[in-house]
Amino acid sequence: MKAINQMKMTLESRSVNESFARVAVSAFAAQHDPTVEEISDIKTAVSEAVTNCIVHAYPETVGDIYIWVGLYENGMVRVRIKDKGCGIINIKQAMEPLFTTLGGERAGLGFAVMESFMDKVRVRSTPGKGTTVTMDKLIKGRCDGQG
Amino acid sequence: MGVEILSNALRVTALLSGEIDHHTAAAIRMDIDSAISAQQPKTLRLDFTEVSFMDSSAIGLVMGRYRLLQAWGGQLEVVNLSDRNYKVMKLAGMQSLCMLKRKDEENESD
Repeated sequence: MKAINQMKMTLESRSVNESFARVAVSAFAAQHDPTVEEISDIKTAVSEAVTNCIVHAYPETVGDIYIWVGLYENGMVRVRIKDKGCGIINIKQAMEPLFTTLGGERAGLGFAVMESFMDKVRVRSTPGKGTTVTMDKLIKGRCDGQG
Repeated sequence: MGVEILSNALRVTALLSGEIDHHTAAAIRMDIDSAISAQQPKTLRLDFTEVSFMDSSAIGLVMGRYRLLQAWGGQLEVVNLSDRNYKVMKLAGMQSLCMLKRKDEENESD
């Protein structure tokens, strides 16, 4: 399946960019005429993935975060968030709810939130090379159920 | 965006506003912690009325304040959550740490 429209952007892994990233992605996805709820779902999932890049992938440095968004004919939005940071050694463990390597102020719910708000979340990672999170959501939109 | 702190003899109320993410949570946390560490209130109320967006950083904020309050046996209340944010807090099991209330639910005033 080929995207009917796509956008790419690169951001520095500064926490101040978290809000820009989620707003930019959701503004692009707005072409599919999503509901307010669907927009919030995408914003929240993007916020989690970008935060992971900032706090985990590049813990001591500022690196680049590569975001790609594709829109598909059937109403699907695919968001890919990639970093060239430290990578994840045990993806299964990283995705377990409440698991965190940071403790204290981090809830360990980033992936759980992504999974609950998006239809599909895939994580590929190579330790020392980086991580790619790909998330899909089918936008049912405002017309759904109203004829 | 941020937090406004109100306090009386028994309770500190933090009126949160704007977007709570990993970036904004740091400053919010410092403001709340300096207020409650000084006063050690019986109750800390986090009021989400003006919160327009939150991600799991807000859950971390609730968990962290709960732990801090444990030091003197204080209680935590999280109130005026939107339906969506209430659902997220419940999904994270926050109801076992504190009282959660939605926007439309009555808040006891004193």
